[in-house]
Amino acid sequence: MELPGFVELKRNLKKDMSSFPAVTAAVIGDCATQHFSAALAGWGYTVGIRYDIFDSDYDQIDAQTMDPSSELYSHAPQNVIIVNCTQRLYEDFCAFPPERRAEFADTKAAAIESVWKRICDSVRTRIIQLDFPEWDDRVFGDYASRTPESFIYQLRRLNGLISDRAKEYKNLFISDICGIQSRIGEQALRDDKMYCVGKLPFRTDALPLIAKHITDIILAASGRFKKCAVLDLDNTLWGGVIGDDGMDGIQIGELGTGHAFTEFQRWLKELKNRGIILCVCSKNNDSTAREPFLNHPDMVLRLEDISVFVANWQDKATNILSIRDTLNIGLDSMVFIDDNPFEREAVRSLVPGITVPDLPESPEDYVSFLRGEDLFGTASFSSEDRARTDQYRAEAERVGLRSRCADYGEYLRSLEMVAEAKPFDSFSFPRISQLTQRSNQFNLRTVRYSEQDIADLAADPGCITLYFKLRDRFGDHGLISVVVMKKRGKELFVDTWLMSCRVLKRGMEEFIVNKMISVAREAGFGRVIGEYVPTAKNSMVADIYPRLGFTPAGDNLYSADTASFTPNQTYITEEK
Amino acid sequence: MNSEIMERLNRVFRDVFDDRRLTVTAATTANDIEDWDSLTHITLISAVEDEFGMKFTMREVVGMKNVGEMASIVESRRRR
Repeated sequence: MELPGFVELKRNLKKDMSSFPAVTAAVIGDCATQHFSAALAGWGYTVGIRYDIFDSDYDQIDAQTMDPSSELYSHAPQNVIIVNCTQRLYEDFCAFPPERRAEFADTKAAAIESVWKRICDSVRTRIIQLDFPEWDDRVFGDYASRTPESFIYQLRRLNGLISDRAKEYKNLFISDICGIQSRIGEQALRDDKMYCVGKLPFRTDALPLIAKHITDIILAASGRFKKCAVLDLDNTLWGGVIGDDGMDGIQIGELGTGHAFTEFQRWLKELKNRGIILCVCSKNNDSTAREPFLNHPDMVLRLEDISVFVANWQDKATNILSIRDTLNIGLDSMVFIDDNPFEREAVRSLVPGITVPDLPESPEDYVSFLRGEDLFGTASFSSEDRARTDQYRAEAERVGLRSRCADYGEYLRSLEMVAEAKPFDSFSFPRISQLTQRSNQFNLRTVRYSEQDIADLAADPGCITLYFKLRDRFGDHGLISVVVMKKRGKELFVDTWLMSCRVLKRGMEEFIVNKMISVAREAGFGRVIGEYVPTAKNSMVADIYPRLGFTPAGDNLYSADTASFTPNQTYITEEK
Repeated sequence: MNSEIMERLNRVFRDVFDDRRLTVTAATTANDIEDWDSLTHITLISAVEDEFGMKFTMREVVGMKNVGEMASIVESRRRR
């Protein structure tokens, strides 16, 4: 991907960004960060966000985090970006007593962690910590790698310690500058002259890429990330054309040119294991297209790895739109991967919002290229991600059952649905937070919560929290809905109600509303107030409250009387 | 003074200072351009290095007095 240069990003700062959503950030560092901040703000323009950045002066990390009345704390930004640099780390290392060098990384990690702690204790914010790009003084030669007293040994250990400790902070992310350097090289990342004259740790040329990485973290954490890869088959997943070359003619396997496709499939399988939904969209006869997945011994991907399999002779744009309808996800969360430039162009022009990378011509370059595009960043990972493919496959079976049932009520009854409603518990914090970040469509007020926020809500006596799980005879949907109700005198205000779209129209909405009202009544509240806050994506729930028995009560507000509320009909049994 | 270098330098200056009408001469100094502060100097140096495929030394970065000096360093060292 060709990135704009630093000068171009700086020019973006003068452009009109008033229609973009604002993202506030503070940048603190042990080096000069003005260029870094300018690049970040300029990058915001390229992805449609308006950064509002407070850049502290040179070397203000301790001053800004220790003083309770500091500018950092008074700005209360959504993001605090901590720029520690390797140059400064080396200066500190050289000043560290030689006999204690083996403890350097631990000492430094504790200091960095104490900065995180101070920030977390003072403001509610996301922290993005830069890790340390490797740099070796070569004082020990390669012996350094087995010598705890050497700088590079301590630097590598420090990066490891930062990762270890970061796991304990739910709203902390590492921007992997070390990883960036391993791709672009030390010469491309740092310029010793610029550090000497201006304490700039990075070349200005490298700043656009760094700004992109940091922005990707922020976007992913606020719900903008990819969920699904739609894959072509012939010459994309295997070499050759299955319809012409047949099972023993296509290239796949450990030997020869097929190896490139095997490597690509392995990579896709890793994506699937981490929660990316894989779909097939191929111009082929259905049975011909499925055969390698069923019977070819060298295929890495099998039918059970594919959530939606579409092989026919329709145009791909139409097929992709129908895949989107089955999955109920936004087009902007989908990536289309096809070796054929004509298909790519057609999809790009007919399917708005979808990402269509220009795959290189030669298959051995597929993985490298797609790695470089860095499309699949995420800001969370939970065990539910691994089960996602099975959930979407079970969904396809439900679609089959529905076509066999005489009416929708019979279908819902025959699903044998069982739901569970519970207050937030610590096991569920990650999943709940993830849902608040990724649900856009069925989301009444679109309030995003970090894991820490969720833990706070759970402990807040002024809140009633509920999460819902649903399962049926085909499988377990897991945790699919979240409700947060805030106490306001005799009323409960629904601060958050969101639901995963994959359980739409099962009667779950009705079940949840019934539960909201009964919980409110049992806790002694006379009324429940719901609000619909419109966004670009949530029009599907614009009339949900009146549809389920609430009465309009002013500007997008709805109210339900807990004593007189008539429960909605559902086919869901509650598990106590 | 090499006029091809001056022309290209002028383009870099216009780009960095985002000013289409800016024209620099050998005698132009940081005092002549309002936005030419120490931060923009760094941006400028990087942009000139990029344009000509060369590197300034640290002493040159802090020592150059005017655009003319910049141009002669470029001339002695450039690769494109």
